[in-house]
Formats: sequence, structure tokens, C-alpha cells
Amino acid sequence: MAVNLFYFLVFPGLLFSAVVGALLSWFDRKITARVQFRKGPPLLQPFYDFFKLLLVKETILPKQGSPVVFLLAPVFAVFGATTAAVLILLPLLNISSGFRGDLIVIFYLLTIPSFSYVIGSLASGNPLAAVGGSREMKLILSYESTFLLVIAGVIIKASQYFDLNSIITIQHNSRPFIESVSGVILFIVAIFCIQAKLGLVPFDMAEAETEITEGTFIEYSGAPYALIKLTKYIMLFILPAFLTALLLNGFVLKGIGILWAALKILGIVLLLTLIRNTNPRLKIKQAVSFFLVWMNLLAILAIVLAYFGY
Amino acid sequence: MDEPACYSGNSSCIFWILKNRYVGFKSFCFKKSLWVFHFGGASCNNCDIEILDCLTPRYDLERFGILLVGSIRHADVLLVNGSINMRDRDRLIEIYNQAPKPILVVAIGACGCTGGIFAEGNTFAGPVDKIIPVDAYIPGCPPKPEAIIAGLVKLVNSSNPFKRDK
Repeated sequence: MAVNLFYFLVFPGLLFSAVVGALLSWFDRKITARVQFRKGPPLLQPFYDFFKLLLVKETILPKQGSPVVFLLAPVFAVFGATTAAVLILLPLLNISSGFRGDLIVIFYLLTIPSFSYVIGSLASGNPLAAVGGSREMKLILSYESTFLLVIAGVIIKASQYFDLNSIITIQHNSRPFIESVSGVILFIVAIFCIQAKLGLVPFDMAEAETEITEGTFIEYSGAPYALIKLTKYIMLFILPAFLTALLLNGFVLKGIGILWAALKILGIVLLLTLIRNTNPRLKIKQAVSFFLVWMNLLAILAIVLAYFGY
Repeated sequence: MDEPACYSGNSSCIFWILKNRYVGFKSFCFKKSLWVFHFGGASCNNCDIEILDCLTPRYDLERFGILLVGSIRHADVLLVNGSINMRDRDRLIEIYNQAPKPILVVAIGACGCTGGIFAEGNTFAGPVDKIIPVDAYIPGCPPKPEAIIAGLVKLVNSSNPFKRDK
């Protein structure tokens, strides 16, 4: 029990993934600044933002709408992200082996933050938040099936093992899944899914700050908004970590392997940041057809290729 | 709370120090991450453009943690520029009341600070500080980005957002 609580709250759960995710968020902002020939924020900027929101700012509750649901939604989001972090990072850091079928559980836990944003935005009673919430719902509907197809492709490549630990072990014993045609295609599709899950720029129509003024989060202030920021930090760390486990051979945490592990995560975040900085925002209609038609076709092609062993 | 006499065994002294540290930490975090919401009154757009200039690569206010946000609920600083006329006044008061406290208000440009050439106007509803309390004034028509940055740095260094009674 105490060990499980430690796993959940300290390592590799809430504290560890939040700190690493905050540093990755700084990396993201710094790279963005360098792309635009700016200097960028200091290293501890995400921590300043978080503690300012948590400790200093007042929390304003909406007059219309449901205050209880409005306040509970960010808590659910942090809970889902943290539980997913524990289930992903325990096999990945080789602490424990997880259980059969934990891929399915991780998949569902990773959707909880997005659903919580939708619930919170609809509970705030703000019309712009409702627009953002409906866009987020459409986005979830479009990218989740693609993400499931990616996971199905990985399962087929791993000769139908349903748990993260076996997938990592199979890659260690033979070669990483990305060193094949289907692996590369799955990686491309998964990168776009992660971009949409994180709400980064081509797919940030739910919180479009210049268009519907932060959409889903428009009414959040103070501590609940700090929790949303925390969820975003955690998701920025665990989604690249999950992709590393699925396709990029996981982590080998001894000697030079630690450096490789860090480089894999940083490389994926760098890729996400560069996509975010070189693309305009899509309309929700374009995003839905992008995932439901093109990305699904690519993923199915990858599954067929994987089935025939390419 | 005044400083209690510090001798060994006085627990209220330790409590006082811890409380001061906590308030200092909060104030430090606040000053390190000011998120700015921009309210343009009946502006001629020059101040708006100069404010946007501060966020461009040449001046880059993000290195001080300053970001432009879209919703007043996320803002720590309310930048007001342009002359405030009768219609703007209600909006400005509404925006100010919706902001989560503590919030700093900065009046930018001659119109925001004093009224400028509109001070005698028919529909002019007074400079910003007659409507809401203002923490800093940055005059100029329009103020240079350097002047805006200097004003914001002075505001960050001098003000204590927790000591204001409103």
C-alpha cells in the first residue's frame, strides 16, 4: 500500500512526471523562442507560472453553470494523467512489469484529461467555452480511433502481446519496431495523434486563444487553472514516453543508455515543437477529415504491412 | 503583523519568519510570471502596435516571463491604452471586476494616463485612474517599447501586490 502510494505520488507518478514535464515545457517554449529568433523564458519559468496560479491568484467560480463539476474537472484531469504516468513509467523504467492488457487501460486513462477539459468547459456556462468544448469533443472522436489503430499495429508487430512490458522486451531482444516500414508509418501517425492529444498548434482549435480566447479554459483562474497546467506538463512527458515504449525500444537505464533515453524524449518533443511552429491552426472540419480519412488510411496500411512482416 | 522579539524558544518568531518567507515566495513567483491582458479603449492603434512590438523578437518580453493571454481570467496585469469614452467605461469596469485578484493595472500612452488631446472631449469619461485604480503610468504618444519595458520593470521591482487594500 505504502509502496503504491509512493509510486503514485512521488516516483514515477505525480512529482517526478510533473517536474520532468515542466522542464520539457520549458524546452518547448525555449525552442519556440529560438525558432522565432527570440531569447526565451528562464529555465524555471513553468514552475513560476504554476506556483503563481496555485498560491497567488484568486479562484473565480462561474455564476451560471455548476461550480462543483467546474472545480472537480481539473482534479480528474490530474488524476487520469498521473495514473497513466504510473502505468506507463513502471514498465518503462523497469521497476515492475505491469499486468496483462495494461495497454488498454493506459489508452483509456490517456483520454481522461481531454474528457475532463470538455466537462469543465461545459460546466462553466460560458458560450465560448461551449464552442471550445464541442470542438474538443469532435477532436477526441477523430483522433482516438487513429490512436487505437496505432496501438493495434504495435500489438500485431509484437506478435499479439497486450502488455507494455512484453512489447519493450520483444524490442530489446530483436530490434526496435521503428526499424521497419510499418514502424516508420506508425511513428508518423502517432506523432500527429500526440500533437492533437496535447492540443498543440495545428490542432489547438479547442483553445484557440486568438479566436475564442482560450476556449475550454476561458473561465478557469487560480488553483484550478494551475491543475490544468500541471496536467499539460505531465501529458507532455508521458505521451512521448509512451511512444518511446511502443516503437523506439523503450529505455535501457544503464551507462550511456540514460543519455539515449533522455535524447529520445527530447527528440520527440523537439519534433512536436517544430510541427507546432511551422503550421497554422486547422479548422475543426479539416482536422476531423485529416484523422478520420488520411491518418486512418495510413495506420491501416501500416497494420497490413505489419501483418505481412514488413 | 509586527516583528516579535526573537529569543530562543519564542515559537511565534519562527512562525513569523516562515510566514514572511511564504509571502516572499508568493510575491517572487507573481513577479516572475506576469501574464498580460490588453484592453484597448478608443485608441488610435499606435499604442496597441507598440505593445505588440514588446513581444516581437527585438524586445522579447517572454524572457521576463511576460505573456499575452486571451482571457481576463488568466491575467495578472491589465494594460489599458487609448482614451476611455462613455461606452468604454462600463466595459473597463466589467473587465476589471472579472479579473482574479491580485491584478496590476497599467495605463499606457498619453490618452490612458491623462486623456491627451481628448481630455476636453464631449464623450471622454475621464482618464483611467478615475475609473479603476492604476499602479503604473507609461506616458508617451505612443511610448517606445523601451519605455514600456522600463515601466514594467519598475512596476515589478517596486510594487507589492499583496499590500494593496481594495
